[in-house]
Amino acid sequence: MLMTEAILLTIFTAATPLMIAALGELVTERSGVLNLGVEGMMIMGAVSGFAVAQLTGSAYLGALGGIAAGALFSLLFAFLTLTLVANQVATGLALTILGLGLSGLIGEGFVGQPGVKMFPIVIPFLSELPLVGKLLFSQDAIFYFSIALLIAINWFLFKTRAGLTLRSVGDNHKSAHSLGIDVIKIRYLAVMFGGACSGLAGAHLALVYVPQWVEGMSAGRGWIALALVVFASWRPFRILVGAYLFGAVTIAQLHIQAIDINSLTFLPSWLFYLAELIKAIPSQFLSSLPYIATIVVLVIISRNRRLTLINTPASLGKGFVPDR
Amino acid sequence: MRIELERRAAHSKLFSVLSPFIALGLTLIAGVIMFTALGLNPINALYSFFIEPLTEIWSVHELIIKATPLVLIAVGLSVCFSSNNWNIGAEGQLVMGAVAGSILPIMYPELTGWWVLILILLMGMAGGAAWAAIPAFFKNRFGANEILTSLMLVYVAQLFLDWLVRGRWRNPEGYNFPESRTFTDWQTLPEIFPSSGPAHYGAVLALIVVFIAWFMMGKTLKGFQVKVIGQAPRAGRFAGFSAKKMTMVAFLISGALAGLAGISEITGVIKQLQPTISPGYGFAAIIVAFLGRLNPLGVLAAGLILALSYLGGEAAQISLGISDKVGRVFQGVLLFFVLASDTLIHYKIKFIRSTKRSAQT
Repeated sequence: MLMTEAILLTIFTAATPLMIAALGELVTERSGVLNLGVEGMMIMGAVSGFAVAQLTGSAYLGALGGIAAGALFSLLFAFLTLTLVANQVATGLALTILGLGLSGLIGEGFVGQPGVKMFPIVIPFLSELPLVGKLLFSQDAIFYFSIALLIAINWFLFKTRAGLTLRSVGDNHKSAHSLGIDVIKIRYLAVMFGGACSGLAGAHLALVYVPQWVEGMSAGRGWIALALVVFASWRPFRILVGAYLFGAVTIAQLHIQAIDINSLTFLPSWLFYLAELIKAIPSQFLSSLPYIATIVVLVIISRNRRLTLINTPASLGKGFVPDR
Repeated sequence: MRIELERRAAHSKLFSVLSPFIALGLTLIAGVIMFTALGLNPINALYSFFIEPLTEIWSVHELIIKATPLVLIAVGLSVCFSSNNWNIGAEGQLVMGAVAGSILPIMYPELTGWWVLILILLMGMAGGAAWAAIPAFFKNRFGANEILTSLMLVYVAQLFLDWLVRGRWRNPEGYNFPESRTFTDWQTLPEIFPSSGPAHYGAVLALIVVFIAWFMMGKTLKGFQVKVIGQAPRAGRFAGFSAKKMTMVAFLISGALAGLAGISEITGVIKQLQPTISPGYGFAAIIVAFLGRLNPLGVLAAGLILALSYLGGEAAQISLGISDKVGRVFQGVLLFFVLASDTLIHYKIKFIRSTKRSAQT
């Protein structure tokens, strides 16, 4: 029982950064902007979060540092794609390339240093509930925040006037503009929100998941977050499902790699043979599972064109120059 | 102050030539700021970064060696990007090209003959093309986003290579190092000027590829189709050009060239398989393609500039004691300025003083 609980806990830790980054990108994309720079903003958030936590000794200030770094870094993307109408795909790639390089340079002095870990907040009474108590109510602050963020974004997008405005900008920027909505301003805000979320997701990696700075530690998570937005067909609650599925895949392959086959002799023989078979799979194939799963999921989701088309913001990735 | 854009009636010929140079100039200014912030004399630093590597014959050889894969990949990517297909997994195609091309030298090391090397190069191209065909097929058949699938396949390819060199393909006489056996002379690209340095015939291949691509894009119907489908998909449909066929062709071309880059790197430089065979050439080539304005001849020049940023990074590490990651930062900054400067081709940029909107006319 303890073992299962520990595994489930790590799934939560692996899923949280994916969910936060994907939620941020969802808001950005709902406003009609495709920011492929999630990976770059995430790694900038990770290095800044780690650095601020090191300098101040506080993991919470570190998280704030990650948020600020992500938002600032996304401004670069916003300026190029919104003010100068540069190609969004290319600029997003540029953001990722620059982020990976710059974070390596900034973080060089931090390699190998022990980080400041964000400790879990145990909520009294609730955490003593059977089964779910430990999982849901003795987690780090960023996990609680991620759940609040999910609910808040869903409410904002579909229950408020501002959310409706944001979606209208993403669906038809020309009509929105002719109704007097400041398309560019709203998109700036949406991009910065996405950047802040990616930054926080990165900070979570450097403060909770690994508590260390490792160059390139985002390891493709930003791209997986982008795929999750497609998987979720731009619906917040489906991102929850997707993020936890991917968290489970990541953790499952890690645990399979770590497991000692001799400790499983208590299993019935057929299960033991099965375990032996799985253990015979080379570790590199297990490590590639999250990436292969992303491709499979993208293919399956995209097959149903009508479903994707209904929810895809119609102006996604298209530049807009207001005529004056 | 506010920035407004005004669309030009026709795209500016002047700025389409000038914009890469503006970007380079701005990158140098950013370099001055960055080096000053790092507490260095910016003139000295820029000199040892960008000029010093060109002053000695061996480093010119190094420059050519580094430019070769960049140019090969970027030529393919510029065909791909021109047709509005976003293959960003060239790094993975490079790896799979290296793997496929290494099948012969590793499994049949006793083969000799001039045809062996040709077969190796062809198999490398086939490997890269096959790996690139996967995202193209998924895009055509299921509408899956090619950006994400091609990128995910990079990680898969790298892990696959890792598995090969640590397992089945590990050199039996290699003291357990994760390396394959070394290639024989029949299996390696010869050096062009063996007396002066190690630049190999991959560079000549790259030049030939640049010429073929320049001819195809500028002088043939296929090149015209690529541009029409990329810039005006609707017009392309009316003309009866198949966008799906184009997606597959574009991915196959760029994959084959990335594969060629990979196998020429293996047969010309490393001469065996290792867990890591590229310092991110597949991603840097994206910058090369844009800096070269998706034009094969421009790509050739841009490839040399990016190669210089790799060399400069190494040189600066030795002579100035700063991290070689500065080179990576330069590459990222350069791409930003390239994309920003390209705005000038289609728009006039106006700076407006007051925050109030000017009177409507």
